[in-house]
Amino acid sequence: MNKKQILISGAFLWVFAVIGTTFVAVTEETTRTKIEDNERLVLLRNLNALLPAEELDNDIVSDTTTVSASALLGTEDNTIVYRARLQGKPIAAIFNSIAPNGYSGKINLLIGVYADGSVAGVRAVKHSETPGLGDAIETQKSDWIFSFNNRSLNSPTPANWLVKKDGGDFDQFTGATITPRAVVKAVKNTLLYYQQNTDRIFQ
Amino acid sequence: MNREITQNGLWTNNVALVQLLGLCPLLAVTSSTINGAGLGLATMVTLVLSSTLVSLIRGFVRNEVRLPVFVLIIACVVTVIELLMKAFFYDLFLVLGIFIPLIVTNCAIIGRAEGFASRNPVGASALDGFMMGLGFLTVLVLLGAMREVIGSGTLLAHADLMFGESAKALTITFNENYSGFLLAILPPGAFFGLALLVAAKNAINLKAKDKAAVADDSLEAETV
Repeated sequence: MNKKQILISGAFLWVFAVIGTTFVAVTEETTRTKIEDNERLVLLRNLNALLPAEELDNDIVSDTTTVSASALLGTEDNTIVYRARLQGKPIAAIFNSIAPNGYSGKINLLIGVYADGSVAGVRAVKHSETPGLGDAIETQKSDWIFSFNNRSLNSPTPANWLVKKDGGDFDQFTGATITPRAVVKAVKNTLLYYQQNTDRIFQ
Repeated sequence: MNREITQNGLWTNNVALVQLLGLCPLLAVTSSTINGAGLGLATMVTLVLSSTLVSLIRGFVRNEVRLPVFVLIIACVVTVIELLMKAFFYDLFLVLGIFIPLIVTNCAIIGRAEGFASRNPVGASALDGFMMGLGFLTVLVLLGAMREVIGSGTLLAHADLMFGESAKALTITFNENYSGFLLAILPPGAFFGLALLVAAKNAINLKAKDKAAVADDSLEAETV
């Protein structure tokens, strides 16, 4: 095979790369706004599950602040905190927290905290807990995660933010203690974080 | 010819049951019928498009760069499908998300491109892609249904991800208090399920062979 042949093959491949890339780029361009809308809608749906839309009047998806990595939030990178306001007054903050010590690694949580420091709601966003046991943290599987609603560091006291097996106030579920233990701790730590950083978050 | 292609794709040379290709997504997503159907459809569309395109260019693609070109075509098709899915079936995408890009690595697709589409006319290649895809889809749906019924006691749960809100009614729950059979949902359940399907297919084949042999014998006996 001589040089000319190699060049022709190379050019051929190049032409195909250009056609392929153009094809993908055009599709990306035409679907971009639709995809952004979808992502935004899903985010809003998740946030509204924690905090009903009628409790706030700001654009919660855009009213955010970035907080740096924190051991209390379980985060290793900057994360976004969503802020809910009603007529300018802070109503609640929603954190992207991580419970680092689930049964199979990290459990990503969305935790809503009312301005007074009580829990608006908790949802497991991403996890790889055992199906049928640890996945009872999902709302489709059980009501367990709702047991945090309206709890705060006053009720129960911080010392009782444990699963019942460890002498605390929260149920574990049959067959799985590690998962609820991790989630309870993450929620407690998020409340602590909120307590320590309230002013900065709503700035 | 067309009959042979159909038979090959659906049965004789079924991607999942005979070639045992694309097992990674096959085993990973089939914990429910709808997940299986979603990935199966995406794979089928990819196969039809990539086979058609490969067949279209088969006349002038240079031999020494044909594989990179095939891979390029498949990657483009899959990326476009991923984008369209994100735009129009976002909820399903959230479930299947990480497996869609993996379609590129499904050996069945490059296998059909190289083994069939690059040496057959467009129509036959498109049909081959469709039938191979349909064979794969069928196995994904069957395996998903098996695992879902045994593992969670439901059928077609979350059908709304694919067919919209009205499809929620499609879900069949066999027993409200079914506590689930964990093994079927976990990855080992996928292997067991697939093994049962492969065994069933082989059993049917053997039976058909026996029957054919018996028929031959009686035919011989008559002629003698």
